Amino acid sequence: MTSAATDSSTGRLRGRPRPLRLSRWLRFDGWGALVLPLLVFLVLVFGLPLVVMLSRSLTDPSFGLQNYRDIFANAVYPRVLGNTFLIAAIVTVVTLALAYPYAYLMTLVGPVWRMIMLGLVLVPFWTSILVRSFALVLFLRDTGAFNSTLQTLDVIDQPIPLIRTLTGVVFGMVQVALPFAVLPIFATMQGIDRRLLQAAESLGARPAGAFWRIFVPLSAPGVAAAVLLTFVQALGYYITPALLGGPKNTMIGELIVQQVSTVLRFGFAAALATLLLLTTFLLLVVAGRFVDLQKHLMRQT
Amino acid sequence: MTAALETTSTQTSTGAPISINAVSKKYGDNTVLESVDLDIRAGEFLTLLGASGSGKSTLLNIIAGFTRPTAGTVKVDGRDITSLPPHKRGFGMVFQHYALFPHMSVADNVAFPLKRQKVAKAEIQQRVAETLELVELGHLGGRRPSELSGGQQQRVALARAIVFRPRVLLMDEPLGALDKLLREQLQLEIRRLHQEMGITFVFVTHDQDEALTMSDRIALLRNGRIVQLGTPEQLYAEPNCRYSAEFVGASNIFTGTVQGRSFIDDVSGQSYRLGEAADQSGRSLLVRPEHLNIAPADVPVPDTVEQVEAIVEDCIYLGSSRTVQLRTDAGQRLVARTNVPRTPDGVVSGARVHAYWDVRDACVLD
Repeated sequence: MTSAATDSSTGRLRGRPRPLRLSRWLRFDGWGALVLPLLVFLVLVFGLPLVVMLSRSLTDPSFGLQNYRDIFANAVYPRVLGNTFLIAAIVTVVTLALAYPYAYLMTLVGPVWRMIMLGLVLVPFWTSILVRSFALVLFLRDTGAFNSTLQTLDVIDQPIPLIRTLTGVVFGMVQVALPFAVLPIFATMQGIDRRLLQAAESLGARPAGAFWRIFVPLSAPGVAAAVLLTFVQALGYYITPALLGGPKNTMIGELIVQQVSTVLRFGFAAALATLLLLTTFLLLVVAGRFVDLQKHLMRQT
Repeated sequence: MTAALETTSTQTSTGAPISINAVSKKYGDNTVLESVDLDIRAGEFLTLLGASGSGKSTLLNIIAGFTRPTAGTVKVDGRDITSLPPHKRGFGMVFQHYALFPHMSVADNVAFPLKRQKVAKAEIQQRVAETLELVELGHLGGRRPSELSGGQQQRVALARAIVFRPRVLLMDEPLGALDKLLREQLQLEIRRLHQEMGITFVFVTHDQDEALTMSDRIALLRNGRIVQLGTPEQLYAEPNCRYSAEFVGASNIFTGTVQGRSFIDDVSGQSYRLGEAADQSGRSLLVRPEHLNIAPADVPVPDTVEQVEAIVEDCIYLGSSRTVQLRTDAGQRLVARTNVPRTPDGVVSGARVHAYWDVRDACVLD
């Protein structure tokens, strides 16, 4: 700590790019005090409950790893965990497939259309997830607007089962995730110098080739940010899968709620939550080996 | 010097001639180029010179294929390429802001056009190395563009534009973002490259010194038209209008009318004799600063010259030469340049002097 303090006094004089060191994060001056309220808040409502949860998973009902052993003793729980990751992955891929072209279009249109497109993404974002999910239930169920319209138009004979299926869950989760993917991708694309594409074409690249070799790699940081935000969020979704999914597509969030509110196995629920947290961290670490997370998520555009 | 250049161009000419016929470009009501005709010779170094808004960059973009002309045709080797997309034209291009691909190493940047042409790997490596060597960056192939200085980045851009041996190299104010010393150094290097490669260079700049230094010929543009086309010597020594004279080099211009073999200054009413060869029509009389001589007021000047009385406002030491700023009795500002860096006797700020020129050194312009 002493060395960190000494370092902080000289830290300002040095060049900006420096290797990551603790002293850099502990550098502190008067303005640093502004971070305190948030820090206290986070410790109280995030840090502390986490510690409680962790300890509970190891002590409730008795001290030991019993809760964790229980998770893997029954094939149901690992399957739910696997299912959760699978759904999160599908949601991420679908979201990306929709968000990328949308964000690209946003960079091409004029300012008015850009505002409209941004609004289209953000208005659902400002609407409660609960409201949206219920609305989707009404829309997608067998007698809902979607199926009845198709039936009236004689496109289908039988209603397509959408609700209580994987499709329904993905449908619901993707629309929740879209803004989190569109915004970082759009921000990155805005920063790409279009003259690079001209340069590529002057060097013999077809327009499609220039897009693929220059634009796509340069938009990768935004895509990486979008993937992480979408995937990590999707792992913890509860309302949407609870309302739109069936028993086959239970996600871990639902399982945890069930354990807490129905079965009252707090220790087991805590173990499940801890497992989710750890796997997410593990995933971030693995992802971090391939992408510079700090740079791409904290980057100012 | 011109002769030497021309021999080089014709000897090793692999460059392509470009023919621009009646090319116009309009954006709505705004005319950027108005029926421009320009024949660029194979292997020559042609500069499009002009102020911003003159249409020089638009013309270059039309040659490159990034902009479609509203009317007119562009031909290369007699082949109409007006509607050919840029990637099929095979021209090298260097941009003002380098336009290097930030996610690729220097070597990969230079290899980019070769990979598009599906050149064999071993040959790519060899040609990239050779070309980087040519721009004196052989040791930096592994770096990222962001790790290089501006001058080095522009060299990489240059290497990337010539590595695939295009027959035409287009350059859009490539040195504009660099400081003066580096700019002058790169000007000479680009000239050397041009002489070694023998391909057609089309260079855009707003900097008249740069244009004079580098070009075989200069096309001076103004408001979407070519005002004058000629060698640097022609542009400087025989400007065809007042705009040319003012844009290229420093100039002293008297406004007035020609009467017989004399030019009557509108401001002072003074009459100056004209030389034999002087164009007899026009409303401007041009005297270049190096042709304007100065003598103290009490020293008589010879009969063969014309003169005005003036007061020295300032005397600026430039190392190899000296610039004297004058104001005539009629209030017009003049500038004279002497090759003698020391101050001429009696020429100090506030002194009364004769400013005089040989009648053969003045010319009448529109």
